[in-house]
Amino acid sequence: MSGLSKISLRGLSKAFGSNEVLRGVDLDVPKSTSLVVIGGSGTGKSVLLKCILGIIKADSGDILIDGEPVRNRDAFLSHFGMLFQGGALFDSLPVWHNVAFRMRQGRGKLSKSDAQELAIEKLRRVGLKPDVAFLHPAELSGGMQKRVGLARAIASNPEVIFFDEPTTGLDPIMAGVINELIREIVSELGATTITITHDMSSVRAIADNVAMIHAGKVRWHGPVREIDTSGDPYLDQFINGRAEGPIESVR
Amino acid sequence: MLAINFINEALASIGRSTIGLFAAIGRVMIFAAHAVSHMLRAPFYPRELAIQLLRVGYFSLPVVGLTTLFTGGALALQIYAGGARFNAESVVPSIVAIGMVRELGPVLAGLMVAGRVGASIAAEIGTMKVTEQIDALTTLSTNPIKYLVVPRLLAATIAMPLLVFIGNIIGILGGFLVGVFRLDFNSNAYITNTVDFLETGDTTSGLIKAAVFGFIVALMGTYSGFNSGRGAQGVGQATTNAVVSASVLILASNYLLTELLFPA
Repeated sequence: MSGLSKISLRGLSKAFGSNEVLRGVDLDVPKSTSLVVIGGSGTGKSVLLKCILGIIKADSGDILIDGEPVRNRDAFLSHFGMLFQGGALFDSLPVWHNVAFRMRQGRGKLSKSDAQELAIEKLRRVGLKPDVAFLHPAELSGGMQKRVGLARAIASNPEVIFFDEPTTGLDPIMAGVINELIREIVSELGATTITITHDMSSVRAIADNVAMIHAGKVRWHGPVREIDTSGDPYLDQFINGRAEGPIESVR
Repeated sequence: MLAINFINEALASIGRSTIGLFAAIGRVMIFAAHAVSHMLRAPFYPRELAIQLLRVGYFSLPVVGLTTLFTGGALALQIYAGGARFNAESVVPSIVAIGMVRELGPVLAGLMVAGRVGASIAAEIGTMKVTEQIDALTTLSTNPIKYLVVPRLLAATIAMPLLVFIGNIIGILGGFLVGVFRLDFNSNAYITNTVDFLETGDTTSGLIKAAVFGFIVALMGTYSGFNSGRGAQGVGQATTNAVVSASVLILASNYLLTELLFPA
């Protein structure tokens, strides 16, 4: 399957001291599809993304991009975008510089006016007015910060985009708007995406496929249309939000 | 038996602390070597360097100036009172100058900058770590060491000697004002004594110390920020660590540099 996959994980393991967060994760994400990873808090979903990015070094296992191990991480990251849970916007820079940050680096960097133009175009794509470009992140609401984060994630038309809890902390209407934007933009770009979320409405809105992580491994992986009929007691408990079931909850 | 257990535990505790200390020193050294190696390789961030030069140098000038001004004045009073015991009041201008330029200027400026800039660097980078801004830099194909650490290290190493040079002049001015208006020195004689007694080596040794102290302040600020724990408490602890470790290292390295530059 890895021959058709944009991202493949093989036996990925990571422990922090005695805490084994990932215990041999195998996962394939076909090109131009949207995978949503679900699972309880502290099950290693964010660690999984950070291992793929190289921010955290996995203890063992392989990460394959287009069927090949990542040898040049800079080259991989140049085709990559990410929306962080809290936005992770740079406080000291205006919004336009945040959005066009990547394009203002390196030898072929855009001029200030071209970067502002590009940022305004991307901001418009996520439903923000041009004057927002000249504000600082601290002057924006939570929903606007998410949109700016989304604009930054898509600014370089990436092939791969990661979304880390894109609707956390937003009201249901704004969450719906962000979900819709993600779906539209991903379709437009033809990007391969991995999203981490606890929000089941996001799962149903964004996902082509769903993977559930439990106890450091992929517990269930399949098309989103099958999550209600999977027959897996762990997945059933999670998607229905039941306190009773095989997943232990701390009370 | 109880006494043997107590001694064993005490020795084990000392051993653990020693290993921990050496491990921490090792981590700082690796971090410093990593940062210095990035100073020589592109890409460079001149805009970030300019911003940091302004923050470390220009904005620290008032606090360093006030510190050295009052210290210079107090030094003149102390030397006058001490010198009077040996009928050596006339040494005030020369001792104020040499004390300021060789020791007090660089050390006091270093400690003040450690408090002002070191804390600010640690808090800023610690907050960036906690809010995933450092991870975001990585995903935007930007090396956080090059973008955040190198400009701060360079700026502090360049700005501190300039800051100390100006601080020295203000400190000597503090001594001059007290000498002339409080202790009734002749102003021309005070200036002549100051200028004639100072040697180039006195000034350059102070500026070398300043460059080293600037590097230490930025290094401990960035290192503590990068290794900040989670949440407000983690950032607060990182800030405290940056100021305390930089202050202790400044005082320790001041002794070593003095031994090196002025062997007995």
